[in-house]
Amino acid sequence: MENLEQLVQDGLAAVESADSLQALDQIRVEYLGKKGVITQQAKTLGKLSAEERPAAGQKINEAKGQVEQAINARRSDLERAAIEQKLASESIDVTLPGRGQDLGGLHPVTRTLQRIEQFFSRAGYTVEQGPEIEDDYHNFEALNIPGHHPARAMHDTFYFNPGTLLRTHTSPVQIRTMEAGKPPFRMICPGRVYRCDSDMTHTPMFHQVEGLLVEKDVSFADLKSTVEEFLRVFFERDLEVRFRPSYFPFTEPSAEVDIEWGREADGSIKWLEVMGCGMVHPKVFEHCGIDAEEYRGFAFGLGVERLAMLRYGVNDLRMFFENDLRFLRQFR
Amino acid sequence: MKFSEQWLREWVNPALNTQELMDQITMAGLEVDGFEPVAGQFSGVVVGEVISVEPHPDADKLRVCQVSNGQDTVQVVCGAPNVRDGLKVPFAVVGAVLPGDFRIKKAKLRGQPSEGMLCAESELGLSDNHDGLMELPADAPTGQDLADYLKLNDVTIDVDLTPNRADCLSIKGIAREVGVLNSMVVEEPEIEPVGAVHSEVPDIAVKAPAGCPRYLGRVLRNVNLQAESPLWMQEKLRRSGIRSIDAAVDVTNYVMLELGQPMHAFDRDEIKGGIVVRMAEQGEKLVLLDGQEVDLTTGTLIIADHEKPVAIAGVMGGEHSGVSTKTRDLVLESAYFDPITLAGKARHYGLHTDASHRFERGVDYQLARDAMERCTALLMDIVGGEPGEIVEVSSDEHLPEDRTIDLREQRVADVLGLAIDRTTVEEILTRLGLHIDKLLKDGWCVHVPTFRPDISIEEDLIEEIGRIYGYNNLPVTEPVGSLGLRPEEEAVRPVSAIQNYFVACGYQEAVTYSFVDPKVQQLVDPEREGIELANPISSDLSVMRTSLWSGLLKTVAHNQNRQQPRIRLFETGLRFVKDGDAIDQQPMLAGVVVGSQLPENWVNGRRAADFFDVKGELESLFGLLGIEIQFLASQHPALHPGQTAELMRDGEHVGWVGTLHPQVQKNLELNGTILMFELSLNSIVSGYVPNFKEISKFPEVRRDLAIIIGSDVAFADVERVARKHAGERLTALRAFDVYEGESLGEGNRSLALSLFWQHPDRTLNEEEVHSLFNGVIDALKEELGATLRS
Repeated sequence: MENLEQLVQDGLAAVESADSLQALDQIRVEYLGKKGVITQQAKTLGKLSAEERPAAGQKINEAKGQVEQAINARRSDLERAAIEQKLASESIDVTLPGRGQDLGGLHPVTRTLQRIEQFFSRAGYTVEQGPEIEDDYHNFEALNIPGHHPARAMHDTFYFNPGTLLRTHTSPVQIRTMEAGKPPFRMICPGRVYRCDSDMTHTPMFHQVEGLLVEKDVSFADLKSTVEEFLRVFFERDLEVRFRPSYFPFTEPSAEVDIEWGREADGSIKWLEVMGCGMVHPKVFEHCGIDAEEYRGFAFGLGVERLAMLRYGVNDLRMFFENDLRFLRQFR
Repeated sequence: MKFSEQWLREWVNPALNTQELMDQITMAGLEVDGFEPVAGQFSGVVVGEVISVEPHPDADKLRVCQVSNGQDTVQVVCGAPNVRDGLKVPFAVVGAVLPGDFRIKKAKLRGQPSEGMLCAESELGLSDNHDGLMELPADAPTGQDLADYLKLNDVTIDVDLTPNRADCLSIKGIAREVGVLNSMVVEEPEIEPVGAVHSEVPDIAVKAPAGCPRYLGRVLRNVNLQAESPLWMQEKLRRSGIRSIDAAVDVTNYVMLELGQPMHAFDRDEIKGGIVVRMAEQGEKLVLLDGQEVDLTTGTLIIADHEKPVAIAGVMGGEHSGVSTKTRDLVLESAYFDPITLAGKARHYGLHTDASHRFERGVDYQLARDAMERCTALLMDIVGGEPGEIVEVSSDEHLPEDRTIDLREQRVADVLGLAIDRTTVEEILTRLGLHIDKLLKDGWCVHVPTFRPDISIEEDLIEEIGRIYGYNNLPVTEPVGSLGLRPEEEAVRPVSAIQNYFVACGYQEAVTYSFVDPKVQQLVDPEREGIELANPISSDLSVMRTSLWSGLLKTVAHNQNRQQPRIRLFETGLRFVKDGDAIDQQPMLAGVVVGSQLPENWVNGRRAADFFDVKGELESLFGLLGIEIQFLASQHPALHPGQTAELMRDGEHVGWVGTLHPQVQKNLELNGTILMFELSLNSIVSGYVPNFKEISKFPEVRRDLAIIIGSDVAFADVERVARKHAGERLTALRAFDVYEGESLGEGNRSLALSLFWQHPDRTLNEEEVHSLFNGVIDALKEELGATLRS
């Protein structure tokens, strides 16, 4: 039995020096397997008396346990080391760029239009579309701009023939919407419009959003809040807004809207014109078969590029339509 | 409308500085566009008197003058041709500073000492005129500071009037507004009738009374048109943007600026027989005052004599009948021409005159007589002459109607959102020159003065009240309204979802012009004729796009020329196609791709994007939209004949995808393989609403096969045949390998397919799967000539 003591010591030493899981497994077989040297010690029990046997058996079990514990501990160590080694070999440079597609971007006009549409949709406005090749009636006549009207000269219209033209504003969509439906209305019509004009500050095509609200009881005071709120929401600033009397054939009263845009040298507000608006002219209602005594309405219109230029600091209108990627990519 | 601030202040002079005055009228709706000092910045310039003029001993063109500055007489060398004894001129004395910081010092000119400078208008920033010295009136006090003498502490204010405010195209009109805004009385010049001293009257026949409801004429005999208009008048005109011509023209212009009535003066000797106001006849010609000869068209209202046209009514006079320094007798015209008859006529002849601007917008139809009297009196002060009686031809039935409008107090409150008290309303209306004819139970009966043709309905009056009360003094309230929910179709996806999808796929959105270069369009869409603009901005933007490709390919060129090799663009918008007499304006979605499919970096290769990249992106889009689209091999004139697919949905054409035809690409000078697609948006936005199906609890069975088949047999046909024979339990069919190689023989390719079956209610047994699978194989062999690959 002195031999057992020695076997345990040898076993522990072997476990200690095992440097791989395979080696460790071999040691387990060698000492604790069916034919393992410690297991074999059980055969010696037969030679012992019945009184000696239990104590000797216990010793053998203890010896087995001792070696087995050592093996398990060693296995954990080796496994941990193996994982660590694997992890080390698998490490990558996470700062290298990812694989796959770059992100594109929306055109700044679309980005601006989407914001405007969102604000008004939340306030219950529908978004309406209309043709861009329009007839004279919807672009002018129905908006109280008859053929002889001086306002026509201000429109620089593109014509196909005397009765067919490219719409000069999105206002005809108002008319088409009112013709097709019944009041009340809350709508905006965003879209392309065209004027026969091209220089530093004009492009022959640009975008407008026109808004219309028709209710039984609506006033200029309601128009003021709508326009003021919109401008403050759009610019995310509590800016000063003023309404200046103006003239559009399709609204009466009419106003142009200026916003505070910096200060003059003397500290006074620098005003910048951004929108036009007014109460729907009774003639316009008449053309659409709406009783102007029963319903009133307000309308407003704005230039999308102008707002986009102010919002994003773009200084040249023409860049919107050059579609230079170095410009477009700035609006991702 | 440009005017002198000082002139306005002669009529009404509120206690406001220039800036405050401009702000005030801007906020009343007369938008001030800008202002300019009436002279340059200078000092040390006085009224000088030329005492004597001697030739310069050493220079032909210079003269040696003795000039008085009021105290001393000094020697000045001068080169101006009009310098002469006794002339009063602006004299910049030594120490003076002229515009541009030009300092006047003692000098010697060709050996002769010169102490100061005699000035032309341009040297003082008064005008561009540098023809000679500015000549001051003989009674100008020698030695007085010139700026004081000419009252140069004045600005020219430029008001950008809206077309409805014809009444403000005069000092009188602007003064009226300023008076209202400041609750001040306006001082008007007194206009007295001028008595006739002879009996000669012009013979006037108005044959077009609708176009000319009122025409006044008067003969002014024995005028002296050598006489120049006085400096004060020239200065007022100059400061209002009108150049002085001669006394007759200056006075008519002066009356127009002062009162708003355009007038004209004819040389009586050139009016043969009498004045006839009529429509022009075909073939008539007229040489205008500006020298151009025009062919008159029949819709044009003209002034003629008994032989020929002498003026385009309300636009411009003729050269022949115009006044000159030799004119002895004048016929003066003051008329009311109908705005609708005159509308667009000036523009038709390429003209825009101060007269046509006013007549088209509407002149006060009761103003003609006052203007005639004012003009006569002013003229006689300058050029003398003997006036005759005024002849007036009026047609009451064609004059605008006298208007009264009922204004309801409640309506004012409803429209403006504020109940304005009656006294304030009445005061505003009265100051504006509107007369309250009578008080009504619920408001007022308002008489509209003849100078406000723009006011014709109740809303016009409400605007006037709001405008004068101040828009910014009106309250701000939230609109209240019915806010019912609106229907919204779940199956229809918003265009923004499609735009956002392409952005996520690396596409940059473009917005290109709707009108394109017809040469480019001819290349990308030769089979459709674009709609041409009658008045394009330029020939390369002259035809409406029939395809969004024209603009996108131009954008590719723009960017390739700027070192951008990788371009992925999409656009949405209308395209315009003739459809018989109608025009089909259809919303489209289009894209172009060129360059590497992925951005080049350490791991993404430089593999150029190809057809299947774009097709895959479109297939994902269709998945997003919940629609099924078939890709059919097809032909398009702008696309590569072997790399073109027509997109179909339920048998209807939806669009195209393909590679740009190499020849078209070469013609457009583009680089790389260019993939393009264009789809009709309306055909794809509407998908389906999901409808749940029970998930099968039973296993799915997969079988793979590989066949060798002719390269000309489309995968779509293989799929069609396989599906037809695979039975209703087939859940999926995929191609997992496509191979072409020599070992397969010329014109063959190998296709590897996997098929999946599953039954909702039970496990499929081996025999039935085997039988279906074999059925597929047999059908591929028989119908498409496939052989099973071993």
